[in-house]
Amino acid sequence: MSALGQPLKRIEDRPLITGTGRFAADEQRPGQVHMRVVRSPVAFGRLVGVDTEEAAALPGVRAVWTHADIADLPPIDFRMTRIQGLDPYRQYVLAKDYVRYVGDPVAVVFADDPYVAEDAAEMVFCDIEEEDACLDATLDPVPFMPETLPGVLSEPACIVKAYGDLDAAFAGAAHVIELEVKVGRHTGVPLETRGALAVYDAARDVITMYGASKVPHYNRDSIARMLGLPQDHVQLSEGHVGGGFGIRGELYPEDVLVCRGAHVLGVPVKWVEDRREHLLAANHSRDQVHRMRAAVDANGFIRGLADTFFTDQGGYVRTHGGTVSDLAAALLPGPYVIPAYRVEGHIRLTNKTPAGTYRAPGRYETTFARERLMDAIAHRLGLDPVEVRKVNLIREDQMPFDRGIDALGTHVVYDSGKYHDLLERTLARVDYPALQARFAARRAAGEKVGIGLAFFIEKSGLGPRDRVTLTVLPDDRIEVVTGVASIGQGIETAMAQICSDVVGLPIENIRIIHGQTERISEGYGAFASRVTVMTGSAVRLASQSLQETAFAQAAPLLQTRPDDLDLVGGRVVARSSGAAISLSDLAAQLPEGLTAEGVFEADHMTYPYGVHVAQVKVDPETCGVAVERYLVAYDVGRAINPMMIDGQIVGAAAQGIGGALLEEFVYDEAGQPLAASFADYLMPTSHEMPPVDVLLREDAPSPLNPLGVKGAGEGGITAVGAAIAAAVDDALGRPGLIDRLPISPNRLHAVLGARA
Amino acid sequence: MADKRAVTLNVNGKDYRITVEPRRTLADALRDDCGLTGTHIGCEHGVCGACTVLVDNRPVRSCLMFAVQAEGRNVRTVEGLANGEELHPLQKAFWEKHGLQCGFCTPGFLMLATGILEAEPDISDEDLRDVLSSNLCRCTGYQNIIKAVRAAASEMRACQPSASL
Ligand code: FES
Ligand code: FES
Repeated sequence: MSALGQPLKRIEDRPLITGTGRFAADEQRPGQVHMRVVRSPVAFGRLVGVDTEEAAALPGVRAVWTHADIADLPPIDFRMTRIQGLDPYRQYVLAKDYVRYVGDPVAVVFADDPYVAEDAAEMVFCDIEEEDACLDATLDPVPFMPETLPGVLSEPACIVKAYGDLDAAFAGAAHVIELEVKVGRHTGVPLETRGALAVYDAARDVITMYGASKVPHYNRDSIARMLGLPQDHVQLSEGHVGGGFGIRGELYPEDVLVCRGAHVLGVPVKWVEDRREHLLAANHSRDQVHRMRAAVDANGFIRGLADTFFTDQGGYVRTHGGTVSDLAAALLPGPYVIPAYRVEGHIRLTNKTPAGTYRAPGRYETTFARERLMDAIAHRLGLDPVEVRKVNLIREDQMPFDRGIDALGTHVVYDSGKYHDLLERTLARVDYPALQARFAARRAAGEKVGIGLAFFIEKSGLGPRDRVTLTVLPDDRIEVVTGVASIGQGIETAMAQICSDVVGLPIENIRIIHGQTERISEGYGAFASRVTVMTGSAVRLASQSLQETAFAQAAPLLQTRPDDLDLVGGRVVARSSGAAISLSDLAAQLPEGLTAEGVFEADHMTYPYGVHVAQVKVDPETCGVAVERYLVAYDVGRAINPMMIDGQIVGAAAQGIGGALLEEFVYDEAGQPLAASFADYLMPTSHEMPPVDVLLREDAPSPLNPLGVKGAGEGGITAVGAAIAAAVDDALGRPGLIDRLPISPNRLHAVLGARA
Repeated sequence: MADKRAVTLNVNGKDYRITVEPRRTLADALRDDCGLTGTHIGCEHGVCGACTVLVDNRPVRSCLMFAVQAEGRNVRTVEGLANGEELHPLQKAFWEKHGLQCGFCTPGFLMLATGILEAEPDISDEDLRDVLSSNLCRCTGYQNIIKAVRAAASEMRACQPSASL
């Protein structure tokens, strides 16, 4: 039986359940020193001086550095962006001239013991002339660094995209509906904080950094460039990774500092951040305000949509450049036809932690915005919200659907989809009419319960390409070397299943290498749900190429022709004679062994889609919202391992619920973060999690890759905010009440009071 | 820097003689001084539970306890769960039910669940969910963790019919 599509147990689990995993903090080297970062205690101010004398004198301290000690290091560059003019907004690895958020690295201490490093860091005094913090991205831009960069304002870029005749759409509209919504600031918060260990091998003149993830090849190149070293003098190595979610593995100041530290001090340098640092220093995300105006027909069809939005990107522009805003601008129209559209996305900097991508970047926000708009249209026109969606959804016969705009430099063309069909299946799955009747009855009995539904589009499989090499080893084993990274979501098993499908060996015999820059020349990493699509396709091509080579080589040995051969259970078998040879034996007979390479290229993304249905209950006393049940319907084209996809969807839904109800980085007027521990930044526990039902479909395989897959990593989170908001409106009988996430008890209490 | 003290920690039945500052947490001592890195640190302020170990068979957050406080007590960590190659029923169940993704929270959940199920083999589903809500997982959404612990609970009951007498 083919391994594809089977809910196989993961091959990566054994070390993780026996406590023998190797996470970043588990790495140790003799003679290592510990790095501790001194961070700005204020949100915005002129950095006048840093006094390191007392810290440097503490026994056990090896060095204390400020910007002056590493002045040759350039600021951290962008990994992805096509937007011009962002350069002045990049972050230096240690603050230069100004500090721009609480947590901005100002100095760094190296000491023999981590406790001593922490003691010393507390002795460093930062002399900062504090200035008024800017904390609202919707206000007029302000100077970025007034004295040193005069004229540079806090709006690095404004993204404009448009298609269709918007004026005509509004001129002929039966209704014009306006809506402003906001999605709060929250982020990935993996359970493992960031960490790294850099080791300098003087004999080879190579710095190796352990604790890499997400985009090791790119980061290797960047670190080498920043340190002024040839590319192959820096290597990155990934161990186990305690969750990524988009935020881990981007190039951060600390990664560069450990490498420079190891290089200059000549000893291994280890850094593990604490949770407070993580919440202050690792990328935040979301934090968008949308102001939409829709021109609508009498039957709820959207003729045109105009949107102006503001993304609060915090203190600096980090590695992603304008990715989040670009995706938001491109994907706001989502699954609907919307013949005319214009969007203006303002990227704004404030004095908060810099923001980047977090699972479903730009889509969680815009799905909330768009689906709230759909509900507003339904309410205004007195129509059923589901009917309004049906009227607007792109039909199957319109696929592939060219949106007429770009996202991340690729043309947005929805590759395939049966949107109406999935909506019907979703309604059937929850028995929608009966569910509505049941909830109406409960409401009549005094309960504040409601149902909310939201449709979404995801995108996945960003190119440009992926390369893998495959080598047959002795004992019926195969090694697959990829250039991607794992972020803890099971890529080894998925890749092994794809290889196993062709070669017929059990997945336990297939070893997947990832995140090791020394093992493969190029790699594009793990982001944008690209691994299964891009790397998976490359693994398939490599496996097929291996099969071809094996047939060509085995045919003379088995005294037959290649087209008489099958590959079964890792053995090449002649159909005519039954003669066979295992891949391992064949490899042993060939002077070069048996290897193959697969390269998959793609210049378009794939677009999975789905529907979320939330059932909630509001406690009118506490204003707490409990999610009673949750459904995610998701068409992923082709499911490689349904058990793992199910796991990803449920996990993503939990994060979505966090962002909808609990999680928010709140600041006081001075820009001091009020959520800098798990006591204040609340993530869902098993208590807050409802049973999540997953309706996994394979109705619209992608025509863009040999497997038909679309990425499955993000769709569980995308529409959660939208669906829960609709359900809360329904529970309270107050259409349009929720226009802001998270729906925290105090905020709900405030709006109920204000609008009662 | 405060003076260091010699401490003997009994972990998974084995004595570790280590020298630590009084302020050194049990979590750090286990990881760095005993080399048992299966116990993870996710917050160091007692919320996430990644650092959960058993001290005298009760779940404890090892980031909130000093190593010197564990002297003379019996500490159990994830490394001691399996019997050689034979996995503990909870480990098997986490694997079978896909109760982990990145696996960072897993040792903490395994030790928490071991503590609960040993003390209360017949714990109700509701109480179980309640206790499990004391640890955080950012990947799984908990559904499969709860399934795994339930499955292990019934297997552990089946294996030890008279254990609770
Ligand atoms: S590390 Fe101990 S509770 Fe989080
Ligand atoms: S599996 Fe990643 S935190 Fe639980």
